[in-house]
Parts: sequence; C-alpha cells; structure tokens
Amino acid sequence: MYAIEVNNLAKSYGRVQALDGVSFAVRRGELFGLIGPDGAGKTTLFRLLTTLLLPDGGEAKVDGLDVVKDYLAIRSRVGYMPGRFSLYPDLSVEENLGFFAALFGVGVEESYDLVEPIYKQIAPFRTRRAGKLSGGMKQKLALSCALIHRPSVLFLDEPTTGVDAVSRCEFWDMLAGLKQRGITILVSTPYMDEASRCDRIALCNEGHILGIDTPTGIVGQFRSPLYAIRSRRTFALLEAARRQQGVVQCYPFGESHHLVVDDTFDKEQFVRALSDFEDLHIEPATPTIEDVFIKLMKR
Amino acid sequence: MKGNFLSFVKKESLHILRDTRTMLVVMLIPVVLMILFGFAISTEVNNINVAVVAPERTDGVKDAVERLSQNEYFTFKGYIESDQIDECLRSGKVMAVVLFAADYDRRAAQAAAGVPTEPIIQLILDASNVNTAGSATAYLQNILLGTASAQSMFETRMLFNPQMRSAYNFVPGIMGLIFILVCAMMTSVSIVREKEVGTMEVLLVSPVRPFKIIFAKMIPYFTISCIVLVTILLLARYLLGVPMSGGVMGIFSLSLLYLVLSLSLGLLVSTIASTQVAALLVSAMVMMMPILMLSGMLFPIENLPKFFQVVSNIVPARWYIDAVRKMMIQGVPMVVVWKDCTILLGMTVVLLGVSLKKFNDRLE
Amino acid sequence: MSDVVISVRELTKRFGDFTAVDRISFDVRRGEIFGFLGANGAGKTTAMRMLCGLSFPTSGSGTVAGYDVMREGEEIKRYIGYMSQRFSLYNDLTVWENINLFAGIYGLSKRETEQRAAELLERLNFSSERNALVGSLPLGWKQKLSFAIATIHRPEVVFLDEPTGGVDPMTRRQFWELIYEAADGGTTIFVTTHYMDEAEYCTRVSIMVDGRVQALDTPARLKQQFAAETMDEVFRTLARGAKRAE
Repeated sequence: MYAIEVNNLAKSYGRVQALDGVSFAVRRGELFGLIGPDGAGKTTLFRLLTTLLLPDGGEAKVDGLDVVKDYLAIRSRVGYMPGRFSLYPDLSVEENLGFFAALFGVGVEESYDLVEPIYKQIAPFRTRRAGKLSGGMKQKLALSCALIHRPSVLFLDEPTTGVDAVSRCEFWDMLAGLKQRGITILVSTPYMDEASRCDRIALCNEGHILGIDTPTGIVGQFRSPLYAIRSRRTFALLEAARRQQGVVQCYPFGESHHLVVDDTFDKEQFVRALSDFEDLHIEPATPTIEDVFIKLMKR
Repeated sequence: MKGNFLSFVKKESLHILRDTRTMLVVMLIPVVLMILFGFAISTEVNNINVAVVAPERTDGVKDAVERLSQNEYFTFKGYIESDQIDECLRSGKVMAVVLFAADYDRRAAQAAAGVPTEPIIQLILDASNVNTAGSATAYLQNILLGTASAQSMFETRMLFNPQMRSAYNFVPGIMGLIFILVCAMMTSVSIVREKEVGTMEVLLVSPVRPFKIIFAKMIPYFTISCIVLVTILLLARYLLGVPMSGGVMGIFSLSLLYLVLSLSLGLLVSTIASTQVAALLVSAMVMMMPILMLSGMLFPIENLPKFFQVVSNIVPARWYIDAVRKMMIQGVPMVVVWKDCTILLGMTVVLLGVSLKKFNDRLE
Repeated sequence: MSDVVISVRELTKRFGDFTAVDRISFDVRRGEIFGFLGANGAGKTTAMRMLCGLSFPTSGSGTVAGYDVMREGEEIKRYIGYMSQRFSLYNDLTVWENINLFAGIYGLSKRETEQRAAELLERLNFSSERNALVGSLPLGWKQKLSFAIATIHRPEVVFLDEPTGGVDPMTRRQFWELIYEAADGGTTIFVTTHYMDEAEYCTRVSIMVDGRVQALDTPARLKQQFAAETMDEVFRTLARGAKRAE
C-alpha cells in the first residue's frame, strides 16, 4: 500500500505548464525527497496533493484517498508546511501551537509525545512572539504545528530554504526521528546535498521528473568517466579544457572543475595539451547528485 | 467543535489586541470625528459680525437692532454709511450688512396691516462660505421679520433642528462611515493578511470549513463595532445633545443590521483582493468615497446630478444614514423607515450570499 | 594601483550595547573571489553594509577601492557593484530598459551604454531578448543578467548577496562561469552566502561567528584544518559555538 500515488498529474497556470504529467509513488513510512530548482513544479505538486489546487489532468491519491473527491477526508490526515513562514508572527510560540491544535480539534497534550522532541527545543521561548524567533526556531515551531494532529502523511515544501547550515542539519535529524515513528514524509528541497538524507528521491525540473531512485541508485546512473581538474587560472582552464578531444562537458564544481568525458578521451594527451597550466591537477572524481542532474537535464 | 470555535475567536482577538496602534485608532477615530464635526467643522452660524445701514434711526430700527445684538449668533458692529458697505464686507470686518429702508417704520406698519409693500429690508452677505451665508440669512430673516409687525410678510420655520445645528446631520453620517471602516476594512485586511502571510494555506488544509474561520474572525470586529456604536450614541446624546427622540433601541437595532452588512462587504473585498494594500485600496475607493460623496453625508442627495442620484441607490450607507437621521433627529419610530430597513436587509442577504459563495476552500 | 582592493582593520559596529561586528580585519586582493560566510545574525549583513558605504563603522578603519569607509562612502558607491537575490532588476521593465537605467545611475554616457549593452547581451546570448520584460525571463537568466548589469560600470568590487539561490545545477554553473570570467578580468568579487556549497567556489573564505571572523583561508586549507570533508562541516563546527541567534 502506498501513502502517496501520483499518476500522470498535470497542472498549468494560463500558458505556463507547471506540472507536465508527473507519476510516482511513495511507500508508507518513507522519507521521499523532491529535488529540483525553482520552477520545477514542486510547490504546485504539494498544493495538488494537499487539495489546495485541482489538477488539470491525471490523478493522485493520498493515504488511499482521491485528492479531488475525498479532499475533506485528506485534509484531516495530512500535515502541511508551506514554503514560506506560515505562522502568526504576532502570536506567541504556545499560542500558535494551541491554535493549530484547535484547528484540528485536538488537545496539545494528546500528541505532545510526537511533537516533544522538536518542541522542547523551542519550549524555553514559549511566550516569545513567533515573529521574533530565529529562522531555525521558526522552522521547528512550524513543524510542531504541522504535527500536532498526528498526521499520517507530512508534506514539507522547501523547509530548509533560507535556514543556516546548522539548523538545516538539525532539521533533517528531526525528520529522521519522525520517520522512525512511521510517518510518511514528502519533502522538497532545491539543495542537492540534502538528497542523501532521503530514502528515495525524485529529481525534478520544469514540470518533469528526470529520475526516481535511492540517492545511491541515482548516483549509480552516472556511468561515464568523471575527472576533477584544477588550476589557479580557473576561468582559462575551463575554456581550454572544453576544446580538448573527448571532453563532453566541463563545468565548475567548487574548487575544481568536473570533466565529463567519452571513450575517445586520453588523459595523457589532455595533460600534454594543457601543459601551459603548470599547476594543472587532474584526478578521477566521484559523481554526485548534481552531476547526475546536469546529465539528465542535457538529455 | 464548540470549544474549537471559541479558540478561533480568541486567536482573532489576540491579533487585534496585539495591534495596539490600530486598536487605538479605531477607538479614537469616532470620538475625534464626533468632536470635530460637532464643534470645529460646523456650518453653524456663530459670532457673525453684522453692520447696519439705516438712513433714519427710528424706533423700529432701534428695536430691530436691539434684537439683533441680543441674539447669541450675531455681534452688532455698529452703524455704517451705505458707501462703506463694500469695504466692510471685503475686509472681512463684517459678514452681513442689514439695510433698512428710509421709511421703515411706516412701511413695516403697512405690512403688518396686510397692505402689500416694497421690500423694506435688504440683506447683503459675504457668501464665500455658502453654508454659513445661507444659515445667516435664515436667522436674520427670523430675527428681523419675526416680530409681530412683519410676520405676515415672511415666515421661515426650522423644524426638527430649530437651531440648525449641523452636528445633528453629521452624526448619522459618521456612523455610516465608521462602521464601514471598522467592519469592512478591518475584516477584509485581516483575512487578506492570512493570504499574504501564508497562514491561509495551512488553514485551508485543515478539516475546519473556511466559513467557520471567517465567522470567528468577524466576531471580535463585531464586538468592537458595538463598543464604537455605544460610544457614538453616548457622545451624540450627551456631548452634542442630539435628541434621539425616535427611540434608541430602533437606532441600535438598525445599526446592528448595518454592521452585519459591513462585515459581508469586507468579506467580499477579501475574496477579491490578494494583498493587504489592495484590500485597503478597494475599501477606500469602493466604499469610503461613495459614502462621503453619495450617501447624503456631505451633500444632500437631491443636489447631486441625476446620474449620481441613481448611483447613490446602491450605496448602503445612503439608506442607513437616511434612516438614522430620521430616527435620531425627526424622532420617528423604526416602522416609519421600513423602506430603508428592507433595502438594507436585502443588501445584507445578497452581499453575504455572494461573498460566502465566492469564498473558496481551495487556492484557486 | 595597489593589489589590495578591500582592506579592513579592527572594523566595529555597535548598536547600543550590542556589538554586531566585533573588530574584524582582513584584506581582499584584486581578482579574488572572496566568500563572506556566517550564520543568520553573525553580522555579515552589517559588515557588508559598511563596506558598501551604506553604514558608518563605530570604530576601526578600512578602505574599499582605495576609499575610506569612514569618510568616503559616496565615492565607494561609485566604484562598486551590488547584486542581491532579493532585489536587483525591475520586472516590469525590459532587459534594455534595465540596462539603460543602471547605466544611467552610474553615469555612463549614451555611447558607452550602447556599446557595453551590446557587448553584454552578446556575451550572455541575450541579444534576441533585448526587448523582453525581465519578469518574463527564467530565474537563471535574470540572475545572469543582474550580474552583468551590476558590473556594467566596470566596478573594482562586486558585492553579491546570496546570488545563486534556487536555480538548477547547470544554470548555477553558468553563473559561476560569469563570476570566474569577471574575476579573471581583474574584478574583485565579494560573496556573502550561507550556502556552503557556494563557498567551495571561492578563492578564499572567511567565516563569521558572533560578529567576529573565526576562520579565513582557502576552502581546501580550511577543510584540512578542521579535518572535514566539506565546507558545510567546517561551518557547522564553527557555528555550533555561536552564542547568539538572530
């Protein structure tokens, strides 16, 4: 039984095709990541699944319920954290939590065991206005509010955008904890480096899904040889490398450039050709999700 | 689910209470407006300087001038010559000049006896402030001709508002304005704020029906409006001395109906606007302007061009202000203004219906 | 001209008794891509405002493009470019109108504007979009365009505030290529961000914690120093010690 089933789902706004026939399924208790840049259609997908929008085509089920017909039933079973800060800034931490509990007709105590590991980190500030919290704390409060009615499926739309590295890391630890409690989580992020924290991921771009697999499985799809090259003359190296035999692609990748090559590539010859880069450094590189994404995009 | 509803009301009240500045403005605006219109911006005649031109200072003339200078609204500035009239008015030393005919006494007696005569008194006024000039004319006529000797010649009687106090007219207008401001503008802004902040998304993705949330939102604003209503009525009665002879209960219940109407209007605005600024603009342009211009608050509807007279029919405030004015000042009971009440009720039902129908429980 | 474009000594900014920036000192060389990192509330924005001539330091000294941050804020503004993710271009103006506007702001003559605009559009492959509304362009294009416009007056230093958020990996790399190219041409790049993978692209990186610069070196040496695999780990090690939040 799947917690989320999406079949050929489509949605457009005027002439813009936000979602162009997307299909995937999320198993119960899975932590599933939608990874892609702005404009990939992630938010639209979340709004369709949380019954905020009606699809133009295709169908989707959440917890076995149809998003169009059974939308009211779905609403009491899902937790949703929209992309932007969605709490009342003029209400205190505990007033926010109390309100969201009331919204779902539950008492805060009933689900406190589920929320506690997260809420206890912000509990010292319970009388502070939500608007005065730091980015990381706001995010913890929003997650607490989304969990207060013990949803079976949790939708988190870019929860880590605009949050610093430390808080982002803590947030993913919290999600791992929730997964332990059997909650299905669909989370989106534009940061490729967060993909490894998911059970499975779907890479999305411009309303399409480029590929679905486990993070290691996705990386495994990258079969061409990959090198990392480096020189002090960053920009010149980029241009020179692209002109060489057997080089399919060369793009900046942090401190070095990644060099995607085909069978006709000869390392020795490449090094000789670039001999005027006296500090040239070349070594085989391990592909990352970003390399896969770039490759899939080119297709 | 009842406790649930109360917690929504509580949350909404917290929003309002935390926003002290807005709260203060809402509570103070009615008071300030009442005082402003009641005293400062008034079309009442007060301390009008008058000069008199009288070729012969006969007993009749002296008598009339005596009455004039004893009146609380006028200050007698002395006799002048007829060639000084222009200069006196132009310099602003006086606002009105009263010219008595040469044989005033004789002709006044003739007039009193019912013999048709030529005009015996001429009034010359500085009409740069039309309202004041108009009122002053009426007053002067009353004072000068109101004596037994000349009554048959001219008679004007001011009914219901014998002193022509303009505050009486403004109170219903202020009420018509304030409730739209508090109910319609504030509710629409507060609903739209949830859209803008993003909390609406979370509210919609909950099992609670949106109209429940909306009603919870209206209750605190309704309460505030009731407080404002009581404040206005108290100020009107005890500060401005408005008679309210038509019965306070009638005015009160009609106002409650108008409050519900304003709330529905606010709801409707919130379904159209997607930002707080837009909500404010729509409220200001679509609601405030017509109230100021087309409700009879500032300008009598009969004086408007025909087109605007027709348009004014769809301005709810017009009917409300009309009914309140009648009840407050003429002292008629509510049954007499049944037409206004029915129209308001009809408008409320339609507005509430349309806005609830338009209020979507999805994002599109 | 000297090879040091930004030089800062003991720069401090206090708001009441809160010290937002606490005696920071560093030099940035010509053509360097300098990453200026820090958690939310570490003082990055305040420090950058002082360097851009938007805010006066409480104490300390510094020069940007040879001008004193204490006294010559207005001169500094003329020799720097600024691009932020939040605001850079007017969506309701066309590409050309935006170029023209910013060229005008920096006092370029009509001929210079024409010439540089043509060059810029050519380089970005944007010539066909000259009359397109900026709002209708994809995010990645907007970012490239706003970088090009931020450098249209050939500034000594360009300040980039979280420049590449939200775009796909390919577009992002195209953006970095533009930065590399500008740096190659001698423009100094000053990037503030809290995304550590952007830090890996910088020549040198400084990390601010609680108003102070806690680390400053090349990404490789920082990773070595903290025995870390990624800049993310380096950052987390440092930022965990932070006392203050936003």
